[in-house]
Amino acid sequence: MTKKLRVKTSKFIDETYKISFKFNGKTYYGYKGDTLASALLANNVHLVGRSFKYHRPRGIMTAGSEEPNAIVQLHKNTSRTEPNVRATEIEIYEGLEASSQNCWPSVNFDIGGINNFLSPLLPAGFYYKTFMWPASFWEKYEYFIRKSAGLGKSPTEPDPDIYEHKYIHCDVLIVGAGISGIMAAKIAAKNGFKTLLVDEKSYLGGSTIYQNSEHFKINNQISSSWLDKEISEIKKIKNLKIKTRTSVAAYHGYNFLLARENLTDHLPLEQRKNKIRQRLLKIRAKKVITATGSLERPLIFDNNDRPGILLSSAVEKYANFFGVACGEKNVLFTNNDSAYETAISLFQKGINIETIIDNREEIDSRLIKEAEKNNIKIYKGYTVVDTSGYKRINKISIMQLSKDGQKVVGSKISITCDCLGVSGGWTPAVHLFTQSGGKLKFRDEDQVFIPNIYSSDQISIGSCNGDFTLDEILLNIPNTLKEFLDLKKTDYENLEVKSSFNKSKRNIWLLPSDKLVGKTKPFVDYQNDATAKDIKLALREGFRSIEHVKRYTTTGMGTDQGKLGNMHALGIISETAGSKMGELGTTTFRPPYTPLTFGTIVGRNVGEYFDVFRKTPIHDWHVKNKAEFENVGQWKRAWYYPKDGENMHDAVQRESKAARDSAGILDASTLGKIDIQGSDASEFLNRVYTNAWSKLAIGKCRYGLMLNEDGMVYDDGVTTRLGENHYIMTTTTGGAATVLGKLEDYLQTEWPELDVYLTSVTDHYATVSVCGPNSKKIVSQIVPDLDFSDENFPHMSFKNAKIGKIKCRVMRISFTGEQSYEINIQANYGKSVWEKCMEAGKEFNITPYGTETMHLLRAEKGFIIVGQDTDATMTPIDLQMDWIVSKKKFDFIGKRSLYRSDTIREDRKQLVGLLTENPDEVLEEGAQIVADIKKSPVEMLGHVTSSYYSPNLKKSIALGVVRGGKKMMGQKLIIPMENKEINVTVADPVFLDRENKKLNA
Amino acid sequence: MFVINCPYCGEREQSEFKAGGEAHIVRPKQPTELSDDQWAEYLFMRKNIKGIQFERWVHTHGCRKWFNVVRDTSNDEITAVYKMGEKPPTNK
Ligand SMILES: [Zn+2]
Repeated sequence: MTKKLRVKTSKFIDETYKISFKFNGKTYYGYKGDTLASALLANNVHLVGRSFKYHRPRGIMTAGSEEPNAIVQLHKNTSRTEPNVRATEIEIYEGLEASSQNCWPSVNFDIGGINNFLSPLLPAGFYYKTFMWPASFWEKYEYFIRKSAGLGKSPTEPDPDIYEHKYIHCDVLIVGAGISGIMAAKIAAKNGFKTLLVDEKSYLGGSTIYQNSEHFKINNQISSSWLDKEISEIKKIKNLKIKTRTSVAAYHGYNFLLARENLTDHLPLEQRKNKIRQRLLKIRAKKVITATGSLERPLIFDNNDRPGILLSSAVEKYANFFGVACGEKNVLFTNNDSAYETAISLFQKGINIETIIDNREEIDSRLIKEAEKNNIKIYKGYTVVDTSGYKRINKISIMQLSKDGQKVVGSKISITCDCLGVSGGWTPAVHLFTQSGGKLKFRDEDQVFIPNIYSSDQISIGSCNGDFTLDEILLNIPNTLKEFLDLKKTDYENLEVKSSFNKSKRNIWLLPSDKLVGKTKPFVDYQNDATAKDIKLALREGFRSIEHVKRYTTTGMGTDQGKLGNMHALGIISETAGSKMGELGTTTFRPPYTPLTFGTIVGRNVGEYFDVFRKTPIHDWHVKNKAEFENVGQWKRAWYYPKDGENMHDAVQRESKAARDSAGILDASTLGKIDIQGSDASEFLNRVYTNAWSKLAIGKCRYGLMLNEDGMVYDDGVTTRLGENHYIMTTTTGGAATVLGKLEDYLQTEWPELDVYLTSVTDHYATVSVCGPNSKKIVSQIVPDLDFSDENFPHMSFKNAKIGKIKCRVMRISFTGEQSYEINIQANYGKSVWEKCMEAGKEFNITPYGTETMHLLRAEKGFIIVGQDTDATMTPIDLQMDWIVSKKKFDFIGKRSLYRSDTIREDRKQLVGLLTENPDEVLEEGAQIVADIKKSPVEMLGHVTSSYYSPNLKKSIALGVVRGGKKMMGQKLIIPMENKEINVTVADPVFLDRENKKLNA
Repeated sequence: MFVINCPYCGEREQSEFKAGGEAHIVRPKQPTELSDDQWAEYLFMRKNIKGIQFERWVHTHGCRKWFNVVRDTSNDEITAVYKMGEKPPTNK
């Protein structure tokens, strides 16, 4: 470590606690309390990365979250690697490994740096202009762009850390714990408000806490000492919660804010195990106080981006807070008084400071006098016109400004330096305010945007509200908060404040140079390499809207979202275009304020918790019997049961054959079940289904089709009349929740006069479905007291029964075309009933089958699956299901739509069967159907919706929708595939047992 | 994400609710009497205004009741909630 650069001890740095870390493979040392940036600077490392477009060497520029240049990759090639971490924010810990981004092969020798010399070829909009044409070259361009662009590398391994989400409700949320936030927290909490104070830094007190100048005093104490006492006092207040390392990312409507709390990023890796790394706080606050402070502006001059050029306030913070000198020969360049605070700080710490270049000509304040007293040479009315030094600044050239500030005059003076601190004044951090919907106004005196119209219960205080001097801040806060929180008095009445800051400022957005603008590189957006020249070019090319200029030049679009340069971009646009700043507006500040990790956004919802899933009461049996599962809605459904190394096809063929030859058993518990009761239940069903329900006898079942009001098929299922005023409706597995919702909607809003009650009972019953010619023999053993004769218990009827002492409902209904019985029983008995059926069915080779076989069996019968054979454009008529649409009923949902001019078109897509010329050829579901392959362009008539090889029919069968298909029976069509054409014939969609003999066999 | 004051349960997060489109569109009593255009008017046409809108919401993850909301679609400010069947607030 270079001894000279670590200066007088700072109380924020623990010099007894030495920490080693690696940067670009080399080991360095720092102390507890250092950020990666401060530790690197103490080691005289300024060059930390390369810029995005020109690959220019870049150094640390700031000391906070606004850093555009010093973004690094942590722990490269490990599961904990993270790109785009700001060196100014990461606190060092033992074992930290960081490396530069956007440079190859190394930060010191970077091949992309050649772009710097090619820069005349890379103006604004270069990517848009060059890579747009010819379109066929895009793939090649993309390869090179992707290789040379991009910031950092994403991890390739799963994230080993734990994240979580937390909801917080409070009366008052204060964002920012600088002097304003601390005062606001004390006022709010002491007056009984449940208060939360958050700050992105690891410490409280903002920039005042390391302010050691006699020039800033509160009640006759140096401002930092006064604030220190306030902080220790608020820590004792019970209804005040303080969270540090917590950055508010987004401010949404209704005072809903998202913040990221960082819990372990400052700890050595081995101490992070089993701890939560980051927490996403979802904060709902009754009132919000934003005290987010302000960001220092850089100055825009030729070559203002070299390593060693920092914000003046950063130079001050590194000296005062971290005890680090950013250089051995420091020069400051300013247009306001802030740099003099820095100069005095450096002087007090014994750091060399000889020269200040000030844009202003006539200046006078106590700060300036003190600087002059300390023999600091001040060039008044001067500007920097150029800098030199490739990997570190070594010289600046300055010239005198003309009276109007538009030109430089006189001769050039050269000054050697290894650090240049710049200050262009301050910009209120209004990002959160604008995110909340607030409207800004432009203040001409000092050229800043400040909060104007609030759209939520919120107030901005301190420098984010444009109060930049200590006396303004301290005098305004008590009055502002009294009004905002409706208080009579605060603890801060009549504070005695001494502030030596003079507010005068000479604002020149783009400083003049002795060279033509086209020959200079005054950077406005450092991360995206957008220069003043690019902005002027965009305006010359006709762009006027600030949002368009932003996209064209990429100004303000990096990970730093232009926190530093946005104001200058606006200023240069307004000057060049001759418009007023206030009228130009600003670009939108989008959340997040600082980037969030994906881990924080996802929280605990990873792995098996990624989504909820539902299991049937028989699920364990399926698992034990090696079922493969498929997701249907949130359900895990048994898909097929492979035996002895069978693949899916073989298993499904075996299951399908067994179900028709002897007996199959299916877990149908996932079907939606809605219990419907009330004196108007029959009338209600009449209105929601297309067919008639009034005459359905008690104990009978009926299949129903439900439409949307637009006439399109929405859901289907069997409903059973259990009693005079009592039905049980089944819905599709995936449609259960939406069907219930829709029925409730109509009952509550359109037909509140109907006496009907709906209850979802899907989870209350397990459903075991046994089908096949031997199903009756099996089920009758399970329910011995029931008369299973066809006379007593015909197809489409139901019986109440008992299995042992347990009541159950047995329905004789079929989705396979085979005789079949469904036992519905209280869910917790489901598995036992299933096992009994398996036992009783042993002699009949009862075969469990899954959803795939169920689909195959119903396709043989031409039964549709809503959502597979239909989308939201199929009417019952399109499905050739005219028989289910009642002609007599006065009305039902969707009826009127069935004879709209569009729905009666004969060339609508209609459901048909498809048989392949070669019976062994199975079509692909989704394949397109055409009539004439030679026609250009080929006309698409429809597509295949369901397709299987039927082991029972020993041929390939398919369902599809074809334009005008109903009238095409027997016609030949073509399915064009990638390397062949398949000939098919349009057929009846019912392939098996059209007369339904099997149901009663 | 805003907060909705369910007339049956009180203030709850928006995520507990589902929006149901424009309010006060009554299903025609005799759809069969309507021309295609009249039926289409009911079925498809919605105002979708920027500003004060009367709309339907349902407390899906709560009491499952439908009710009406008066919301400014430009800033999500909700100025009134009222039950189904109740008259919309006037002077708004
Ligand atoms: Zn409710």
